[in-house]
Amino acid sequence: MIDHGQADVAADPDAHGHVDVDTVQLSAELVEAASVASHDIAEYALWLGDDSLVLAQHLGWWISRAPELEEDIALGNIALDLIGHARSLLHYAGAESGRTEDDLAYWRDEPEWRSAHLFEQPNGDFAHTIARQFIAAHYLFELYSALMNSTDATLAAIAAKAVKEVDYHRDHSIQWVLRLAQGTEESRRRMITGLSDLWPFLEELFVDEPLIDRLEGIAVRPSSLRALVEAAMSPVLAEAELGVPRGFISSGGGRRGDHSENLGPLLAELQVLARAHPGATW
Amino acid sequence: MSAPGASEKEIWPLWEVFVRSSRGISHTHVGSLHAPDATLAVRNARDLYTRRNEGVSIWVVPADAITTSDPDAKGAFFESPAGKNYRHASYYTKSEGVKHL
Repeated sequence: MIDHGQADVAADPDAHGHVDVDTVQLSAELVEAASVASHDIAEYALWLGDDSLVLAQHLGWWISRAPELEEDIALGNIALDLIGHARSLLHYAGAESGRTEDDLAYWRDEPEWRSAHLFEQPNGDFAHTIARQFIAAHYLFELYSALMNSTDATLAAIAAKAVKEVDYHRDHSIQWVLRLAQGTEESRRRMITGLSDLWPFLEELFVDEPLIDRLEGIAVRPSSLRALVEAAMSPVLAEAELGVPRGFISSGGGRRGDHSENLGPLLAELQVLARAHPGATW
Repeated sequence: MSAPGASEKEIWPLWEVFVRSSRGISHTHVGSLHAPDATLAVRNARDLYTRRNEGVSIWVVPADAITTSDPDAKGAFFESPAGKNYRHASYYTKSEGVKHL
């Protein structure tokens, strides 16, 4: 037996950062917005913020339900990173209309959300969640890498902070795609099913809505990401001996407020507490 | 820590985690975790033990690769030095005329 004594850590508060919870500045999560976004930029920030918030809400479900405690924490950490990105983006988006990040998260109804369908897709089994993470993290990594060059200083700053985090999310998903695909016959079958079920929602991420034409140099043109995302995913699929799934392509529409049937129930759970007890703090 | 009813085969092996903090010279044992293999053990360690900015380097070691002293043999192993002060350099008086010692 190994002595798992924690005495050293307990005796040295610095070993674990020694953070008093009530002194944590949650505003440190926010990138300071020096200026108020224009209406179009606010709309674009909603696209990105809603993607992150919806995905984070899904991932939070896994806490206590993942295959092992360690994976609960991994998925929970990823969800917290995404909530951080969503907070910065919604904070920036809301300033234009005088709304807070909470106003936008809790008081918008489904048609006002701008999330893409990929992020709304249900958790399914662990392989479905990994397939969704695999696609989402590759997309987000290329998106934020490009957005760092935005002429909008706030978006560029948010992207610079987020890109390192989504790089890790990407690595996490790759590790699991490889293991599930090359694990047992059952895990491989589930990985293939998960990828096939999620792949139809890839296309929507590369659609250039009219908004993009009005944000030249500020927003990242979605169609410009296709080759980068595909080039990054393809060696992983090859190593895992997985083919690129073929099949139907989702019609999308999330950026215009046309959502999949999954968003409504997710928002109900996300918003119920704030709506039942308006103004409550916790 | 695995799901109730999980078979021996379904339980991920245990790994011991060592982290070098940004101001530390050597890696220090911080705890243990479960992971299916070494690569994922490093990642789990990153999530479990460095999420509050504690570290700049992580080692993981399979727990069963560590051979430990027998906790029941503490007497035989560790009590012998007691009373043997002559094993400390300070036990000896300095010889006259020796400088810079």
